[in-house]
Amino acid sequence: MSTVPILELDGISIAFGGLKALSNVCFRVEKGEIFSVIGPNGAGKTTLFNIVSGVYRPQSGSVKLAGTTVTGEPPNRLAARGLSRSFQNLQIFARMSAAENVMVGRHLKESRNVAAHLLGLGGRDNRASRARAMELLALIGLEGEADTPAGALPYGAAKRLEIARALATEPSLLLLDEPAAGCNPVETGEIEEVIRRIAAMGVTVVLVEHDMKLVMRISDRIHVLNYGETLAEGRPQDIRTHPKVVEAYLGRHGAREAAHA
Amino acid sequence: MPALLRRFLPVLILLALVVALPFLLKSAYQLRVATLVFTAGLTAIGLNILMGQAGQVSLGHAGFGGIGAYAVAILPTHYGVHPLAAFLIGVTAAGLVAFVVGRPILRLRGHYLAVATLGMGILIAMVIQNQQALTGGPDGMQVPRMELFGWRVRGAETWYWICGAFLIAGAVLAVNLIDSPTGRALRAVHDSEVAARVLGIDVARAKLTAFTISAVYAATGGALLAFVNAFVTPDIAGFLHSVELVTMVVLGGLGSVVGAVVGAAILVVLPQVLTVFHEYEHLAIGLIMIGVMIFMRAGVVPTLIGLVRGRSA
Ligand SMILES: Nc1ncnc2c1ncn2[C@@H]1O[C@H](COP(=O)(O)OP(=O)(O)OP(=O)(O)O)[C@@H](O)[C@H]1O
Ligand SMILES: [Mg+2]
Repeated sequence: MSTVPILELDGISIAFGGLKALSNVCFRVEKGEIFSVIGPNGAGKTTLFNIVSGVYRPQSGSVKLAGTTVTGEPPNRLAARGLSRSFQNLQIFARMSAAENVMVGRHLKESRNVAAHLLGLGGRDNRASRARAMELLALIGLEGEADTPAGALPYGAAKRLEIARALATEPSLLLLDEPAAGCNPVETGEIEEVIRRIAAMGVTVVLVEHDMKLVMRISDRIHVLNYGETLAEGRPQDIRTHPKVVEAYLGRHGAREAAHA
Repeated sequence: MPALLRRFLPVLILLALVVALPFLLKSAYQLRVATLVFTAGLTAIGLNILMGQAGQVSLGHAGFGGIGAYAVAILPTHYGVHPLAAFLIGVTAAGLVAFVVGRPILRLRGHYLAVATLGMGILIAMVIQNQQALTGGPDGMQVPRMELFGWRVRGAETWYWICGAFLIAGAVLAVNLIDSPTGRALRAVHDSEVAARVLGIDVARAKLTAFTISAVYAATGGALLAFVNAFVTPDIAGFLHSVELVTMVVLGGLGSVVGAVVGAAILVVLPQVLTVFHEYEHLAIGLIMIGVMIFMRAGVVPTLIGLVRGRSA
């Protein structure tokens, strides 16, 4: 590849107690890709996201964002570098309205002058952030729920709200951890549509997802983890028929399902 | 409801209260009790920014009130500083102490944070107790009268209006903050620290901001109380008072500006009213507080708002 990869992992390892959650994981994500990370429960996918987003620090290995080594930087600094993510277990701000949730994503674009905020001079930021939040809520089909407390939204809507909130940071790289988990087929279709729109906006997407049909349809490339180790990497058609993947991960039923996807 | 009205509704309610009370309260004694409610209410509004917005507890905030109160007592008495300057120095000092102490303390969470702030409060109270020469020790000391441009600030009614004005100003700043980028950051930290961090919020800094602001509120409330009473004792900085402040915030309603003042009113007025029960006074206060928490878990004001909304919906 001629261009610098937007995300480059080299030899990432981490253990919790005696459990090796990730061992020597390496991959590169090119700008503009939809790159999926799949693997059975406990394979280490969420742990990988936690390391890339700075929530955990790897015991060895390095993380590079657009060519810069950022290993161990805190999440808020990585956000300023254009990285954002959603969470597998919902992490919405339940007591804030849907619009306010998205407005928080604009934090780095807003003034941080506390004195001005006490004096009521935050109005311009408030208006700009609210306007942007409404656009993003429209993108995920929640413009009608702007003032609903986020904690009162149905599960699928809350999942999409997390995506809108992450987008409000204007990321160049977005990590989505099981955005379709717990969603019915209709909601999954909506999530797929949203992901495609995000990719069309030029945002690189790294996706963790158990819905194989969705993964096979939407991904440019797929990286397969098993017990914290890399099993395979390739295009959907290669992964679908990859013997190791079929054996270790998809199983008989999964292989049949994937073949029909 | 237009957004601006919704934001300032708590301020309007408090303003109406401050203006109306002198017509309802007949004696200077009653006016004095209302003034005590305002000073405590101011402190509680500030503490509610820390507890209700940012979701962090402090069991040592009376310490900051003590810093404000003893600044206006010590500096004019021993160093000839003008009371107004002493007031500003005390409030600034409390903010600085909060900023410096808060940095390491606010890394702790939950019970650990509670114990650390408790220790901080006890430390401040102990310094006040032990510096006999400056503070008069456990006996307390007198607070010289405030004098502004030759006008001697005195009388129950004068202090009523001064403290009422501070309460309103404190409420205005608080509602502004809540509805600003900083306020959203604090509330985000409260609901999910990890999500706040990945959205770019410096969580440690956000907590420190809330802690420092609430300390400034507490010092202001403490200094006003010292002026009103013209006397201070170490109790103002003591652990028991810290607990009272936390109780005001929780009883009135976490996150509610009006609730903080209602909580302050309950804790200041109840003991005065219940003196008729003599030795059962504390029992009655305790039972009322337990009752409120069982039947109004969100606190008095949020529960009442919920009831009204539920009925009109
Ligand atoms: N903070 C932690 N402390 C201890 N063990 C952890 C921690 N985080 C993850 N693990 C362990 O590391 C392993 C990988 O977990 P991880 O959540 O990354 O899996 P996953 O691939 O996301 O699984 P799933 O598909 O179920 O979400 C699991 O065995 C998990 O129990
Ligand atoms: Mg996971």
